[in-house]
Amino acid sequence: MDSYFSILFTEVYKILFLLVPVLVSVAMIVWLDRRVWAFVQKRRGPNVVGPFGLFQSLADALKYIFKEIIIPASANKLVFVLAPVVTMTLALISWAVIPFGEDFVLADINVGILYLFAVSSLGVYGIIMGGWASNSKYPFLGAIRSAAQMVSYEVSIGVIIINVLLCVGSLNLSDIVMAQQNLWFVIPLFPMFVIFFISALAETNRPPFDLPEAEAELVAGYQTEYSGMMYAMFWLGEYANILLMCAMGSVLFLGGWLSPIDIFPFNTIPGPFWLIFKILFLFILFALVKATVPRYRYDQLMKLGWKIFLPFSLFYVVLTSSFLLYFDLLPGK
Amino acid sequence: MIAHSVFFYIFSLIAIVSAVMVTVSKNTVHSVFFLILDFISISCLFIMIGAEFLGMIMLIVYVGAVAVLFLFVVMMLNVAEQKGQWFSSRWDGGTHIPVGLLVSLIIFFELIIVIGGWKYKPDLLNSLSINVSNEVTNTRSIGNVLYTDYILLFQISGMILLVAMIGAIVLTYRERAGVKRQSYVKQISRERDEGVDLVDAERNKGVKIDA
Repeated sequence: MDSYFSILFTEVYKILFLLVPVLVSVAMIVWLDRRVWAFVQKRRGPNVVGPFGLFQSLADALKYIFKEIIIPASANKLVFVLAPVVTMTLALISWAVIPFGEDFVLADINVGILYLFAVSSLGVYGIIMGGWASNSKYPFLGAIRSAAQMVSYEVSIGVIIINVLLCVGSLNLSDIVMAQQNLWFVIPLFPMFVIFFISALAETNRPPFDLPEAEAELVAGYQTEYSGMMYAMFWLGEYANILLMCAMGSVLFLGGWLSPIDIFPFNTIPGPFWLIFKILFLFILFALVKATVPRYRYDQLMKLGWKIFLPFSLFYVVLTSSFLLYFDLLPGK
Repeated sequence: MIAHSVFFYIFSLIAIVSAVMVTVSKNTVHSVFFLILDFISISCLFIMIGAEFLGMIMLIVYVGAVAVLFLFVVMMLNVAEQKGQWFSSRWDGGTHIPVGLLVSLIIFFELIIVIGGWKYKPDLLNSLSINVSNEVTNTRSIGNVLYTDYILLFQISGMILLVAMIGAIVLTYRERAGVKRQSYVKQISRERDEGVDLVDAERNKGVKIDA
């Protein structure tokens, strides 16, 4: 019993060591997003609070904390309060399996990638619960749209993951990174990387696929009725999810914590920094897409997901597996 | 070991309570939420006995996809408040209760048969050719069995699911007239000659444009 508690305390310590940087970087990433967005549109963006406006997110958070939380009279109160909590929790628990370096991971489980996939597929519930519990038309429409969108793009993300797993032969995320020591999967599986990136945009409701919160049609979609800290939690959860998708992309395709070339100045930089660089690189791509691409129409979104991405990634599964089989490269024999 | 059993009891308690709440709760959407909670706690139990692959697949398939569809249907059909509850004093004379009792009785006897068979013939479990060991991950061992010994059954079940899916699509598909569809190929391959028509308009006559 005693040892159990000591294990518990070390685990809690480790979890805090992971969660606090993630939360801080989520706040910072919002600032980065707005700066990149402003840069593309030749504006200045948030630059007043602190050096380069770095503390803008903290100021925003302070503002949200002091705002009143309004729960609509006809809302289903328990579910209404639970929805942002679910979004936030699900966005944070997935970080447990992301490997930041060799043996530098909170939970090195055998089915790491399945865990990530499962948790990201649960993410839809925060949105559905929020939309339904608000008991109002716009949030409900937004929630329905979002659910359909996320379920559709999960399918293609699943098939893309199968592509990577065929080349690795293991579901463990550290194994996936170690399998890329010689060649990052972005090179042989480049089309899959592109599709993964676009599906990740759709999965996290980012522009150009932000139909669940299309302000011209649905006010703010599922979060219309939310205010104050509850709105901020939706928002933080969304950005934590985006960061997570970037982390997933870097682990699956960009070699996780590995340095690009294994020569002197590069391999002295510790692994976690490489992972952070890669996450930032993908995030800046996310931000650039937000700034440059117009929003898709809903039927175009569905057509892209089901009629283009799904058949193509299935075809690529066949291609990858036959290639591996023909050249006798199948792992894990 | 104590911690293990504590967690086991927590998860099974949540599973049982939420399973009861699925049938008891007044609001249909709440029932689905309890169903989701039930799925999640069951998958936690799967993970606790070391079947991590099954637990994760349970989460992905049931919680991530099936329950979302349940929620969709329940929310869209607008049946949020159920009228007569089965335990209320005024029973509206519906026929669903005898049928439900019959089905649950059958399931109960099936469970008794299964558990009884296992009780009286303990080597029943060992007759399966799955060697469970800690060295091989259970993803690999499931794959080894599923894609070798049971490949035919696996393929047939996949085929049945495909047929069911196509059947559902065919049943619900209806062709609607007057729907405008977008064709990218048509839009892109449009030339200037097709789009622009130069007409010599006569004075005081006007031009008739065919829509």
